[in-house]
Amino acid sequence: MKLPIDLNSDMGGDTVIGIENASVRYFVPREHVPTLKEYAIRFLQRRIHNDEFWALKGVSLRINRGEIFGLIGSNGAGKSTLLKLVARVLRPVEGRVWVKGKVAPLLAMGAGFHMELSGRENVFLNGTMLGYSENHMRERFQSIVAFAELQDFIDAPMRTYSSGMVARLGFAVATHQKPDILIVDEALAVGDSAFQIKSMNRIREFQRSGTTTLYVSHGMGEIEKTCDRAAWLDHGHLRFVGDPTEAVDQYLNRKKADL
Amino acid sequence: MTKQSPIPFYDSAEQKNLAWDEFIQTLRYKDLILHLVRRDVTSRYKRSVLGVAWTMLTPLGMMVILTVVFSQVFSTIEGYAAYILSGLLAWTFFSQSTVSGINSMVWGGDLFRRIYFPRSVYAISAVGTGIVNLLLSLIPYILVSLIIGNPLTINFFWVLIPIILLSMFTLGMSLIIASVGVRFPDVVEMFNVFLLAWMYLTPIIYPEDIVPSWIKILFKFNPMYHLVKLLREPIFYGQPLYPQLLGICTLISVFVLVLGWIVFSRMTDEITYRS
Repeated sequence: MKLPIDLNSDMGGDTVIGIENASVRYFVPREHVPTLKEYAIRFLQRRIHNDEFWALKGVSLRINRGEIFGLIGSNGAGKSTLLKLVARVLRPVEGRVWVKGKVAPLLAMGAGFHMELSGRENVFLNGTMLGYSENHMRERFQSIVAFAELQDFIDAPMRTYSSGMVARLGFAVATHQKPDILIVDEALAVGDSAFQIKSMNRIREFQRSGTTTLYVSHGMGEIEKTCDRAAWLDHGHLRFVGDPTEAVDQYLNRKKADL
Repeated sequence: MTKQSPIPFYDSAEQKNLAWDEFIQTLRYKDLILHLVRRDVTSRYKRSVLGVAWTMLTPLGMMVILTVVFSQVFSTIEGYAAYILSGLLAWTFFSQSTVSGINSMVWGGDLFRRIYFPRSVYAISAVGTGIVNLLLSLIPYILVSLIIGNPLTINFFWVLIPIILLSMFTLGMSLIIASVGVRFPDVVEMFNVFLLAWMYLTPIIYPEDIVPSWIKILFKFNPMYHLVKLLREPIFYGQPLYPQLLGICTLISVFVLVLGWIVFSRMTDEITYRS
């Protein structure tokens, strides 16, 4: 169902991600139904219950071009679900999400890598998974390997890599091309501090040329330091949007109150 | 490198023709399909000494066992070993491709929940891997035919058409079972058992003529019966493709593929909602 929205006024300007009253619901089976036969019997008796779990409820948010936007909240607050809406992995059950530009998701800890294959093969596998063509990846291959500082190991199977090396290669592949929107889901926490600085520099560099970064982290200091704005999510509801320090304060106060 | 492509725009409220949309997206990710096939073919045997040779040795081993076990029973058939092997090639292709495609779509969903790419690429790449294995297995098939003296003719090259039709049918079946399996995972397990029964209801290891006539009537409703027969025409009997059989196989394959594609593209959202 299309919402009555004036395309010109809303999508022009500097907003690159628009989330309008979006809700996401997961189905969680309440009891384990072991067999299809059982399922059929219970279905006839109307005893099938799926618990609805609203991961996000009525969230509205606008994110502008060139922002580093932080998301905070406790586990299960809906941060990752929100990222999935933007990465078009999920479609909202209610409401609407629109995204202007190419999205590059930075996957946490080597998701999408195949550990039996060499680093080289994985660069191509991962790159094509992100929607780049084979030729494009071939052109950029050298610079990706150089950024990840893995020249000597690129033909070794990935199961021999350390977790830092995996994270470096993942970051290098995801950010080898300036995206319009970069999604960082706690993926920077691994890797040594030298590489963390290097990757943060790249994010800053992207920002200067207009890339928007969505940043999820449990490191409150990091959020305050790097983000221009931040949002606090709590049980699928948006509690606060604005100054990162304020967002962190409110979140931490709430957590203290809960204890 | 300053090639300007139009800025992509995604709007969740815009629901176009789902099946067509999935098709367009799949075309855009064709390089991913090639890499997934390459990954499956090479990584599977990476740590074994004989490597990809196992692709050829596995059906050969099965053929030897089945020939030894059944050759006394079904001695009516000339070149029985080649008969079994040709049937096994088709069946192994069908069962392996469907099972691996379905499993990665229903169980291997971790990546689906993190990153967008069209879900059907898993089914397509599973069939692609199957085609590579099938083509490789034709080498031992030719050797066996030469050894046992089963004639090979120029008609052998028609084999590509049955392979294409079999691939379409296999892809369609994978998509249908995966669509149901997302909601009812038990269906996936049932399919594995069903495959075994299906194999024995198809003349793979026994000659068609030995079954009672009422089962022969049932064969007509078994798509795999027609497809296996179509594959055997060029490679086992050395005949060109028989037009009527070709027509039946084309109809079945196109119908199953189109049905599977439409059903599956309606289910893709559901895969991520259920975890």
